[in-house]
Amino acid sequence: MSTNVDTIRDLAEREYKWGFISNIEEDRVPKGLNEETIRLISAKKQEPEFMLEWRLKAYRHWMSLEASQAEPKWANVKYPPINYQDIAYYSAPKQKPKLESMEQVDPELLRTYEKLGIPLQEQKLFAGVAVDAVFDSVSVATTFKGKLAEMGIIFCSFSEAVRNHPELVQKYLGSVVPYTDNFFATLNSAVFTDGSFVYVPKGVRCPLELSTYFRINAAETGQFERTLIVADEGASVSYLEGCTAPIRDENQLHAAVVELVALDNAQIKYSTVQNWYPGDKQGKGGIYNFVTKRGSCRGVNSKISWTQVETGSAITWKYPSCILQGDNSVGEFYSVALTNNYQQADTGTKMIHLGKNTRSTIVSKGISAGHGQNTYRGQVKILKGATGARNYTQCDSLLIGDKCGAHTFPYIDVRNASARMEHEASTSKIGEDQMFYLRQRGLTAEDAVSMIVNGFCKRVFRELPMEFAVEAQKLLSVSLEGSVG
Amino acid sequence: MSLLEIKDLKVRVDNHDILKGINLTVNPGEVHSIMGPNGSGKSTLAQVLARREAYAVTGGEVLFNGKDLLAMKPEEAACEGIFLAFQYPVEIPGIGNAYFLRSALNAVRKYHGQDEMDAMDFLPLFREKLKLLDMDEKLMNRSVNEGFSGGEKKRNEILQMAVLQPRLAILDETDSGLDIDALKIVSKGVNAMRSPDRAMIVVTHYQRLLNEIVPDFVHVLANGRIVKSGGPELALELEEKGYAEIEDTRQPMPA
Repeated sequence: MSTNVDTIRDLAEREYKWGFISNIEEDRVPKGLNEETIRLISAKKQEPEFMLEWRLKAYRHWMSLEASQAEPKWANVKYPPINYQDIAYYSAPKQKPKLESMEQVDPELLRTYEKLGIPLQEQKLFAGVAVDAVFDSVSVATTFKGKLAEMGIIFCSFSEAVRNHPELVQKYLGSVVPYTDNFFATLNSAVFTDGSFVYVPKGVRCPLELSTYFRINAAETGQFERTLIVADEGASVSYLEGCTAPIRDENQLHAAVVELVALDNAQIKYSTVQNWYPGDKQGKGGIYNFVTKRGSCRGVNSKISWTQVETGSAITWKYPSCILQGDNSVGEFYSVALTNNYQQADTGTKMIHLGKNTRSTIVSKGISAGHGQNTYRGQVKILKGATGARNYTQCDSLLIGDKCGAHTFPYIDVRNASARMEHEASTSKIGEDQMFYLRQRGLTAEDAVSMIVNGFCKRVFRELPMEFAVEAQKLLSVSLEGSVG
Repeated sequence: MSLLEIKDLKVRVDNHDILKGINLTVNPGEVHSIMGPNGSGKSTLAQVLARREAYAVTGGEVLFNGKDLLAMKPEEAACEGIFLAFQYPVEIPGIGNAYFLRSALNAVRKYHGQDEMDAMDFLPLFREKLKLLDMDEKLMNRSVNEGFSGGEKKRNEILQMAVLQPRLAILDETDSGLDIDALKIVSKGVNAMRSPDRAMIVVTHYQRLLNEIVPDFVHVLANGRIVKSGGPELALELEEKGYAEIEDTRQPMPA
């Protein structure tokens, strides 16, 4: 009997287990944002001229936005003003200049990844996952590059892409999220330090799940990664990203940009399991996750599918979107967002229908526990030319306890009379009767909540690659610990 | 030792005294039926024995297998061997029936220090019990009780009971909402589980269930107290005369 009680107590009191700090020498630029910082970042990365120019344009634009106080304030989240001069914009693990093989990676770094359960070594080959790991701001090592290269697939860090494939970068960078897009995307454009780059050539189906692992390690740094994925005609690729950060008292800024481009008959599947440090039980510390993610279905019959499981971060501000430009193109958004303790999330999607017979599906599952505030914000826009466009939206909220909140802001804008829209929404509470039923069958209160929540999220988990689905379920259970008293 | 000993149990719900001093002893192998009019406290008693926390116990004592049942959480009572077949089984969307039942079985096994059962071992057991209750295999992967008919839900309760093999099964109006064929199937499932080391408490309004599941003892609960106890013939008497008459002839229950 007492074992059961102890287990619950242990679970309830277990802290964020990814919260270790790695002792690795870093190379960082002084705090503050100015033209000098940007030139320094660009120089450190040995970037070509066009890249520096682009960064500087973004920086100047951001300065004007900052001056006119254009930081977005419409989101349903609260946080004290951010001092952008008090952030270090570049922090990289100190390294030998270039890494040729895994043996050259700092062993301490490899141990960190092992702690995270992300073995970079051969094991991943069997799992069929190629990993690119971004530690603080710099991409550390990319596995299986060789195998992919044989098929013409480029999977590398963004910095490498800028150096080795400048024509591709120049062609697609900013073509989905221009540097003028929004305050945080503009900031990212000026100071981004690394990220991932994927190019899948015509007619190639990428045989592996490509995966990037992001981790913020250094204190008082921001992480500004930038990811660009291009699927050429008839190509397809599935990409996964995972994120963690150590426990720190102060808030850390994470402002990433992800751009996806799908040409004719191409497909991109982008899955995220976001578990940045959410802050402690009193709401102290945690990551501000202000991210711009957008995909462009540029070609006919193209398809972009976003799946996200958001359990971490103190604040999440994120709307992975699809611009459905090509005729018959398809956009999908499947989301689970969980807020516990004092976490806040304002997340959702935008589906912009431009092409004929374009279709979009939105399935959003928000879970609020503790004092968490969870907002779904979604826009479906069907423009004049989008004859035969269809959208289906399902938006469900689940409340655990009586101090949390769920909010829904759907925006629907239809300018073509042939469009078909469906919107379903529900809000429910985990019922005492459900809990009692499961516990009467022998499950602990924690397991009962976890089971109900996993059932609630099933529609979304089904969209995740198998091994991620299992991880996501576990993550959800861990994130909910202590939510039932 | 008796399996269940209820001594002067008093329960209050929303400032109303619902149970006003229940005494009942159940030994292994016995089937007890609790009958009584609406609002007499039958379901409350069933829920309290399954440790529903919303019901406040204001007095008395309950020993299950010699242990203080009232100190247990619902999951502890379940793992100790108490099973409640719900009057209104609850839906759990998105969780497959088989997965749920295996999780429950493993929770109980773990509690007793036994190895957990994997899906491969569980499947034959689950199939066998499905057959016993004449249930479609399709129900295996459907969400727990979601979209089940009233009869399917009740059968699903007995299916769970057959898999979990409790020491004390409490059936709370399992016959309500069942047609005569379903009633026979459910009863067959319950009767198959009667054994010298398992006891049952069958809560019902009607005699018809007791034609199928013949109890050893019948107790009449009225106004929060057991007012009459007897053998199966008492159920027939009730069917004939109704509850009103019995309530007047209040007498203490034999020890």
